Amino acid sequence: MADFKVPELTGEIITPKVTLGATSGIKPFPANAELMGKVGFPAEKSADWKVKFLAKMGDILKKYKSVRVFLDICVRCGACTDKCHYYLSTGDPRNMPVYRQELMRSVYRKYFTTSGKLFGGLAAARELSDELLEEWITYFYQCSECRRCSVFCPYGIDTAEITMAAREILDSIGIGSKYNLAIINKAETIGNNLGMPGPALRNTLDFVEEEIQEKTGVDVKLPLDVEGADILLVTPSADFFAEPHIFSLEGYAKVFHQAGVSWTLSSHASEGGNFGMFIGNYNHMKTINKRIWDAARDLKVKRVIAGECGHAWRVLYSFSNTLNGPFDFLDPNYNVPQHICDYTLDLVKKGAIKLDKTANDDFSVTFHDSCNVARASRIGNEPGGQFTIPRELINAACNKFVDMAEETIGERTFCCGGGGGVLTDELIEVRVKGAMPRMQALKRVKDSNGVNFFALICAICKAQFTKIFPYYGIEMEEVGGIHQLVGNAIVLGAKEGV
Amino acid sequence: MNGLSSVFNLLAYIAAAVFVLGFLNKVVLYFKTPSPLKIPTTPAPKTSMGVVVRLIPEVLFFRSLLKGGITEKILWLGGWVFHVCFLLIVLRHLRFFTYPVPECIMFFQQIGIWAGLVFPLALLILIVRRFLNDRLATITLFADYFVLGLIIAIGSTGLLLKYFARTNLVDVKAFILGLLTLSPVQLPDSPMFLIHFSLVLILLVYFPFSKLMHAWGILISPTRAQVDNPREVRHVTPWA
Repeated sequence: MADFKVPELTGEIITPKVTLGATSGIKPFPANAELMGKVGFPAEKSADWKVKFLAKMGDILKKYKSVRVFLDICVRCGACTDKCHYYLSTGDPRNMPVYRQELMRSVYRKYFTTSGKLFGGLAAARELSDELLEEWITYFYQCSECRRCSVFCPYGIDTAEITMAAREILDSIGIGSKYNLAIINKAETIGNNLGMPGPALRNTLDFVEEEIQEKTGVDVKLPLDVEGADILLVTPSADFFAEPHIFSLEGYAKVFHQAGVSWTLSSHASEGGNFGMFIGNYNHMKTINKRIWDAARDLKVKRVIAGECGHAWRVLYSFSNTLNGPFDFLDPNYNVPQHICDYTLDLVKKGAIKLDKTANDDFSVTFHDSCNVARASRIGNEPGGQFTIPRELINAACNKFVDMAEETIGERTFCCGGGGGVLTDELIEVRVKGAMPRMQALKRVKDSNGVNFFALICAICKAQFTKIFPYYGIEMEEVGGIHQLVGNAIVLGAKEGV
Repeated sequence: MNGLSSVFNLLAYIAAAVFVLGFLNKVVLYFKTPSPLKIPTTPAPKTSMGVVVRLIPEVLFFRSLLKGGITEKILWLGGWVFHVCFLLIVLRHLRFFTYPVPECIMFFQQIGIWAGLVFPLALLILIVRRFLNDRLATITLFADYFVLGLIIAIGSTGLLLKYFARTNLVDVKAFILGLLTLSPVQLPDSPMFLIHFSLVLILLVYFPFSKLMHAWGILISPTRAQVDNPREVRHVTPWA
């Protein structure tokens, strides 16, 4: 099914030899002039692109401490070189984080440092050229901004910051990624990444209600735009239509139903995801996030809870307060915003909902830490809660759970291969290959523990794995959200003692 | 005072000024460049005190390097031993900069010698690994070899001064104290000392314009030095 070699599943992650140009031909589709215009970027590359390029780069160097400091202080120790899933699976040296950064650092030396201006090539300074631009377009879209490299770097240098800056520079000279910009445009004009208008959303929710009714006989509602509800749920729009995402949506609905709380979704903010982050554009990120902030205020809710999505959680948890101001109109007795796993586990612990683990006895479960949750945010109140809370919740919902190898989970988790704005068909080769380290770790627990349910809390991870599991000979149905397990296990109906 | 002495006294002041001002310039530049968003690599501490606790083992023991595999363990050995030796050697040298010499500096005289002997070996590890590993060979730049070579040259000329080309230490100390007290005197009559001293001046001048600024960067890198409290405290930046 693939016109490239899918890595063999052996259970081992072996660092490959350097193979120059191994993935040099894989690039994102460019956004056309119309789309570029819609999202406020120049329609196309102009003759004076170098001037614009350097102006934007200079601007970023003044505005982002991360970029400035990271470009200066890397000592090329090499600790990151075998930490990127794309390098491990392709051997292309430009997929070594330090060498990916070198694409920007060499330009930085040439135009922004004394030594580069004086010594040129000897100081590894590189002039802007069309060739260099092609390398930027190629390799800054072969980074999933997963931050695994930053964990191992002695100075915490985060390639994601460099990649975001690079994409912002490319956009500013009229070179954009069709996939990312089309999604940003839909989120900003319609309210979600799918471009699903309010009435269509209501239809989908009706369908989910019928499904739950059919399967359980219980009348579980999925309210939309209910003013005065206690809780606003913001979830990735994939939850409304894609499998397995939609099973988690059923899970959230069942949890709220059984907890007996009033909750609502919003058609204005029918998207948790925020692709503004992937292209490093502050204003788009702010615009998209504002819809959530506005929806929470307009619907007069008391709490905002985020569904299963990695980068959405990063933006809501880490950036929202900065971007659009505090949710100071929400109930301060709760974490604002709160992650759905934090919320559900709390209900389980209080005994407010009951889970029947045997409902998941067909499953042997493992958990994939998604990068933006693992390395860029937190769940709950204690550092590392993003690792313990999902696992506690899984263990409350099923009997058979096993973790993958320690060096592939927690803060050292491997990306799914499709995060950070690369979840698009033209990049399928790097996506399939990039999943290799994760797949090897999964292979080991499949062999040792018969794992047949790969639990996740990220919409992009879910979409990526359902797409690439078949390449590795694994059924796509083995991928699912934690709230799919919770939805299976939750005991609906009258509560004991109520 | 002869012409050469005048030149070297002047060069020493220039090098010291470039080092101090260049370093401070970078410190101020980094300080003034804002971090628009909260980007600590998590799990991260929730308090400033927690950040200090996070950074101490990073600075003293290169903690993150130890998370890596065998390549990083070898790097850690070479890198950590190199930095510790460098520190001990500098401490030993303080006897040339002080009069009378404090007791605590006398303590470092013997251990400083041992550090000086181990020093080139640690640097050798740092150089050889760049040749032997294909990933490192790919990423290594001229600048990386330059600075390693420079430091090896400083270390070796130091050892030569100690064991083979012995020089009159009274003259050396007089020269250094002359510089420090702004009353320059004659250079010691020792070509080897002149080489050793010149190389140190080159290192000082090179420092603020190079990757050696990691010495400061490690303390302020936003992914490590930020507090993980974005929900509790609104993080704002003037431009954003």
